[in-house]
Amino acid sequence: MASALRHASVERWSRGSSPLHRVDARAKLIALLVFLTAVATTSKHAPWIYAAFFVLLGSAIFLARLPVMAMLARAALVLPFSAVFAAMTWWAGDFPTAAVLVAKSFLSILAALTLAASTPWVRLLDALAFLRVPRPLLLVIQFLARYLFVVGNQVAHMRLAAQARGGIGKSSLSGFHAAAGAVGVLFARSWERADGIYKAMLARGFTGRFPAPQVAPFLARDVAFLCAAVFVTVAVRFAL
Amino acid sequence: MKPETENVIDVRGLRYRYPDGTLALDGIDFRLHAGECAAVFGANGSGKTTFVMHLNGLLRGEGSIEVCGLRIDGSAKADTLAAVRARVGLVFQNSEEQLFMPTVLADVAFGVANMGLSSENAARKAKEALEQVGMAGAAEKAPYHLSAGEKRRVAIAGVLAMQPDILVLDEPTTSLDPPGQRELLQLLRRLPQAKILVTHDVDFAAALAARAVFFERGRIAGDGEIHSIIEQFHWSRGSE
Amino acid sequence: MHIPDGFLSTPVWITLDLAAVPAVAWAARKAQADLESPGGTTGANTDDRRIPLLGVMGAFVFAAQMINFPVGLGTSGHLVGGALLAIALGPATAATVMTAVLILQAFLLQDGGVMALGANILNMAVAGVMMGYLPYRLWGRGKTRQAAIFLGGFFSVAISAALALGELMVSGAPLSHRLVVISGTLFVIGALIEGAITVAAVRAIERLNAGWVRPAEPVRMRSIVLAAVGAIALIGFGIVLASKAPDALESALSLRSEVNAALLDKNWSRELHRALAGLSGMVILYACLMMLARWFGRQRSA
Repeated sequence: MASALRHASVERWSRGSSPLHRVDARAKLIALLVFLTAVATTSKHAPWIYAAFFVLLGSAIFLARLPVMAMLARAALVLPFSAVFAAMTWWAGDFPTAAVLVAKSFLSILAALTLAASTPWVRLLDALAFLRVPRPLLLVIQFLARYLFVVGNQVAHMRLAAQARGGIGKSSLSGFHAAAGAVGVLFARSWERADGIYKAMLARGFTGRFPAPQVAPFLARDVAFLCAAVFVTVAVRFAL
Repeated sequence: MKPETENVIDVRGLRYRYPDGTLALDGIDFRLHAGECAAVFGANGSGKTTFVMHLNGLLRGEGSIEVCGLRIDGSAKADTLAAVRARVGLVFQNSEEQLFMPTVLADVAFGVANMGLSSENAARKAKEALEQVGMAGAAEKAPYHLSAGEKRRVAIAGVLAMQPDILVLDEPTTSLDPPGQRELLQLLRRLPQAKILVTHDVDFAAALAARAVFFERGRIAGDGEIHSIIEQFHWSRGSE
Repeated sequence: MHIPDGFLSTPVWITLDLAAVPAVAWAARKAQADLESPGGTTGANTDDRRIPLLGVMGAFVFAAQMINFPVGLGTSGHLVGGALLAIALGPATAATVMTAVLILQAFLLQDGGVMALGANILNMAVAGVMMGYLPYRLWGRGKTRQAAIFLGGFFSVAISAALALGELMVSGAPLSHRLVVISGTLFVIGALIEGAITVAAVRAIERLNAGWVRPAEPVRMRSIVLAAVGAIALIGFGIVLASKAPDALESALSLRSEVNAALLDKNWSRELHRALAGLSGMVILYACLMMLARWFGRQRSA
C-alpha cells in the first residue's frame, strides 16, 4: 500500500498538459514496449548504448516537463533489489554483467514510470484494451483503481481508531488476532461496498454490459510520435 | 384529490420480507403526484430505504407498484424495468458507491448510455446534466477528488441525465457542510421533478417538502402536512 | 517477490508472457461466470455484474496488505492474499483479481516489471492462487479444514517464491548455493506466516458472515488432483535444482549445442542453452497448469 500512496504524486503528474501528455496513450504504450524490448536485448559489452538510452529517456521526460529529480528518486526504488544481485555478480567476477543489470532495471522502471506519469490511467486502460487485454479484466482494474484510495483510507481510519483506544495488543498473539479481525472487517466492508455499487449500477439501468467506451481517433501527431520513437530506439539499439 | 392519472407513483398493499424472514414492509399504500415533493421520516430500520428500493425494482415485494403507469411486479420484463429505472432517479446516501466510474463525465453518462444512446449522445446529455447542477467544469476530474457536496451534485446529475420524472434521494445531506446543504437545497428547488426525500434532517426536509409520510415498523403511520407530522410524532431534536 | 524488468533473460520473459495470456483469459472468463453477485441482488442475469466485486476485492488486497501482523521478535508480516481470495471467492475469481492487482502495480506503481508481468502473473496470480486453493479443495471439509487453509497460505507463497527464484536462476542470476539456502529459509518463514495469517483472517471473516467463504466442494478424482499437486511442486523445485546444475542441462541439450556452436559464437550459444533450458522447464510447467486449469473448469461446470 505504501506503493499505492506513492501513486498519488504520479497521478498528479499524469494530469499535466505537455506535448508528451497529449500523445495518444496507445502510441506511448507501444513505444514503451519497443523501448523495453530494446533495453532487454542489448548486449552487456556496449555501455554507450545504455548511455544513449538514458539520453533518449531523459529527452522524453524533458518533453513531458516532469520533475526529473523526483522521477529519478521514484525509479531508484528498484536499486536496492538490483544492487543485491549486481553485488553478487560482481563478487563472482563479472563486472560488466553487474553494471548492465543495474542499468537495465533502472532504465526499464524509469521508462514505465515516464509512461505512467504522462498518461491519465484511464487512457492507459484504453491503450491496454487496444492491445487486446480482455475487457472484463480492464474493467476490474478500473474499479480497483477507483476504490484503491477509498478502501486504503478505511485502513488508515481503522488504524487511527485502534491507536485512540491504546494501540493494538500488547502481546504478539492478541495483536495478531486484532490484525486478523481488521482484515475480516475490511473484507466485510469491501463486500458491502461492492453490493452498494452494484445496486447503484442497477438503479441507473445497468443491463449487464458496461457501455462501450468512446475510442479517440489516432491522429497524425500520434503516428509521427510512434514512428520517431520506434525509429530512434531501434537505431540506438542496432546502429550505435 | 387530483385525478388518478396524475399520480406518478401508485403503491398499494406493498409487503416485503427479507430473505432472513424479517417483515420489512407490511402493507404500504402511497401515492405521489407529478411535481410533488414528499419527505419520508421514520426511525432507523422502519423500512424507509427498503421502500424506496422498490420504486425502481431493486427489490420486489408483494402488492402493486405503478410508476408513471408502468407496473412493476414479479413478471415485469427487463425492458419494463429499464423504462422504470429511467423514470425514477435514485440517489443513494453513499456518493462514493454511487460514483463508480473513473471520471465525472463517464459516470454521469453511465445511465444514459445504458438507455441505448450512442457514446457521443450520452456524453452530450451528461454535459447538459452537469451544467444543470453547476459541475460542468469538473467533467474530466476523478470523483475521488471532489468534495462531499460536489459528489452529491454529480450523483444527482447522473440521474438527471436520464431525464427522470421522479427523484428519490436517500439522506442527501449526509456529510455535507452547511454551505453544501444550502447549495443542494437551491438545486433541488430548481428541479421540476417529483421528489421523495428520505431523511432524518427535519429542517432540510421542511425547507423543501410540504408533505411528509411517517414510517413505523414497516407501515405508514402518518401522512400529511409536514409540520403536523413532525409535531404528531415528536420528530424534531429540540425543545421549543 | 515482484520481479522487476532487467532480471529475466529475454527468452524467459517472452515465454512467460506468452504463457500468461491464455491462463489470464481463461481465469477472466471463468471468474465472470462464477458465483452470483454480492448479496443476491435481483437484476439482469448477464456477465459484467461481478466486476465491481472483483475490483473492490482488488482494492481490499492492497489495503489488507497495509495491516501489520506482529509475528514476534518485534517484527511484523502482512497478508499476501492469494490463498485467502482463492478460499473465499474461488480460484478463477482470485486469479483474476490478483492479475488485475499485478497489472496495476506494473503500470501505475512500477512494482514489478512490464516485460516481467507474465512471470509475475504466473508466479503469484496463477500458480500462487492454484496452490493456495488446492489443499482447501482436497481437505477443506471437516476436521482437516484449518490445516488445509494453513497449507493453502503456505503453499501459495512458497510456490510463488520458488518459481521466482527458479526463473531468476534460469535467467543466469549468479545465486550461490549458500544464498539459495538462505533465501529458501526466508521463503519458508514467509510462507509459514502467510499460512497463519490466512487461517486467522478466514476465521475472522466467517465470524462476521459465514456465507462469505465458499465451502469446499466434495472431492472427486482425488488422485488426479494429488498428481497435479505433486507435478507442480516437483517442477517448481526442479527448476531451482536444474538451474543449479546448468552443466547437466547443457549436456542434455548437447545435440543442439553442437548445431548452435557451428552457427553462433560461444557467448551466444551459452545464452541460448540457458534460454532453452528455461523455456522447456516453463513449457512443461505451463502445460501442467493449463491441464489443471481445464480440469478444474470441467469439475466446476459438471
